[in-house]
Amino acid sequence: METQTLYEKLWSSHVVHQEADGTALIYIDRHLVHEVTSPQAFEGLKLAGRKPWRVSSIVATADHNTPTDHWEQGILDPVSRQQVETLDTNIREVGALAYFPFKDARQGIIHVIGPENGVTLPGMTVVCGDSHTSTHGAFACLAHGIGTSEVEHVLATQCLLQKKSKTMLVRVDGALGRCISAKDIALAVIGRIGTAGGTGYAIEFGGSTIRALSMEGRMTLCNMAIEAGARAGLVSVDDRTIDYLRDKPFAPKGDVWNRAVQYWQTLKSDDGARFDKVVELNAVDIQPQVTWGTSPEMVEMVSGRVPDPAAVSDPVKREGIERALKYMGLAPNTPISEIPVDQVFIGSCTNSRIEDLREAAVVVKGRTKAPSIKRVLVVPGSGLVKRQAEAEGLHEIFLAAGFEWREPGCSMCLAMNADRLEPGEHCASTSNRNFEGRQGAGGRTHLVSPAMAAAAAVTGHFVDVRELI
Amino acid sequence: MNPFSVLDGRVAPLDRANVDTDAIIPKQFLKSIKRSGFGPNLFDEWRYLDHGEPGQDCANRPKNPDFVLNQPRYQGAQILLTRDNFGCGSSREHAPWALEDFGFRVLIGSSFADIFFNNCFKNGLLPIVLAQQEVDELFRQCGATEAYRLTVDLAAQTITRPDGKVIPFEVDSFRKECLLNGWDDIGLTLRHAEKIRAFEQKRQADHPYYFA
Repeated sequence: METQTLYEKLWSSHVVHQEADGTALIYIDRHLVHEVTSPQAFEGLKLAGRKPWRVSSIVATADHNTPTDHWEQGILDPVSRQQVETLDTNIREVGALAYFPFKDARQGIIHVIGPENGVTLPGMTVVCGDSHTSTHGAFACLAHGIGTSEVEHVLATQCLLQKKSKTMLVRVDGALGRCISAKDIALAVIGRIGTAGGTGYAIEFGGSTIRALSMEGRMTLCNMAIEAGARAGLVSVDDRTIDYLRDKPFAPKGDVWNRAVQYWQTLKSDDGARFDKVVELNAVDIQPQVTWGTSPEMVEMVSGRVPDPAAVSDPVKREGIERALKYMGLAPNTPISEIPVDQVFIGSCTNSRIEDLREAAVVVKGRTKAPSIKRVLVVPGSGLVKRQAEAEGLHEIFLAAGFEWREPGCSMCLAMNADRLEPGEHCASTSNRNFEGRQGAGGRTHLVSPAMAAAAAVTGHFVDVRELI
Repeated sequence: MNPFSVLDGRVAPLDRANVDTDAIIPKQFLKSIKRSGFGPNLFDEWRYLDHGEPGQDCANRPKNPDFVLNQPRYQGAQILLTRDNFGCGSSREHAPWALEDFGFRVLIGSSFADIFFNNCFKNGLLPIVLAQQEVDELFRQCGATEAYRLTVDLAAQTITRPDGKVIPFEVDSFRKECLLNGWDDIGLTLRHAEKIRAFEQKRQADHPYYFA
């Protein structure tokens, strides 16, 4: 029998119809919805007099606009409030399998609450009007972000028009060094292949290093697949996948669970399956990563230096570096460890899960925020993560260090709510994008792992976290 | 969606790679629950010298004279010339909405990010991928010629330069048909409703755990 990659298995099991040029209608099992990219889709549906095809595929929450403190005051920004209330109204009218509104105990970032509630299951197609939907591929789902027109299309037809992607295997082998985490792998991969390296591909992450990662780590990695240009990231099913999902609220139970597990165990790339492209990394080479510029591919090891554009011959690249250094307020050849930090953000759909908070807490324990740091925000990914962290006493470690312990949401990853940088401020951030203005107009973002963010918070600059523990 | 057939339009060059959708339309404008009106805030942080917020009258805001779209010679441009990986980052469809609302109908570059590329076709915008050297030459000509124009013919899949050179381009035949006719995707898909229903029933029987 012909060997298949995981992507090919997922793709072929969802094709409903195919056009002559290969454009296919693929069936969508799970539709995740949030307040920012859905209002125009619900409105379009209504204007056309259409009804949602399968309401039980919808899981919704408010996350982008919600404040992370003073919940008793509600949402103060009237424009944000209207968007969140519009989601409330739409879901009330249409229905959903589950809705976790603002202030609900299980509310949180859509890409955190999907897996932790077991609404993301192996073998599914998962879509959401959000590019970081690639996160869910950690569970061997075909998961990707879509635009608002496509949100409406999925609501109306339960299908998406798609062309088959090419396949890329990113294989990482060997044991990771101390304090090196999935975020460092993700940034190292992007540094290697570039932010357009994965364009047109679905990336599967494999190899012994990936097998040894927790589900949280795999989610971090698949989350950042989009930062390498790939709409979808994937990891094959193993015992860790199954163990994570057992007893989750919406996961199947009893005989149905057993039947599901039997199928899920087939959801891996066959031995010898052919990928269109293979990229290999040795775990031992991966050091703590810090981005210095305005694209995630502008990344260096913490021991490195900011590049010198004068040494780059390609004019487009050189101008890109010059522009980035100007925006970031950095001189060529500055050691990464000498970049001063003003704020620290630990959160986002990349790094706000319990394991991320534990990783940061280990570094922070017994230390305090450096005097030069204006603010450290710790924003758990969901109400469930928050309660788990509090049960473990992690919040006390953060609070004792002078950090702020917030309510769940997207927060300063994209600064749609009140959490943002001031112009010119440098931020050590566990989020996923260091674009100009991403964390607030004029703000300067440096992407790092939770451990590295914590290390910057207690020292005031970037430092190899291994020097602290 | 507006159909697209032939466009003879002025070209504006945006000479930088990795233009992300946060730059195309910053987050504060995503709070709108409407699909229209994003044009005045296209490239807001590059285009204006002050900080933009939703609901402002942009006509009175200080413009950045260095930004290409503010230069008189590019006023009324309908074709945007770009570099690698245009539209990367967030999936926000507000990005093509803003480009379309501003007046662009065609984007030409050496590569586009996947989600953005897809979103363009849903909004009557045609993104065209050309080889690097073709893009370089268009940048050169556009910079050297006042009021530089190109003619884009979707049916023929060609771009015609003022010097008469015809550059062919690729486009998926399904997307091309949809764009030429201004078809609504949802209406097209619903022609397959019976097939979708049959697929769904079989899937539910084989995999009941996805239909809780």
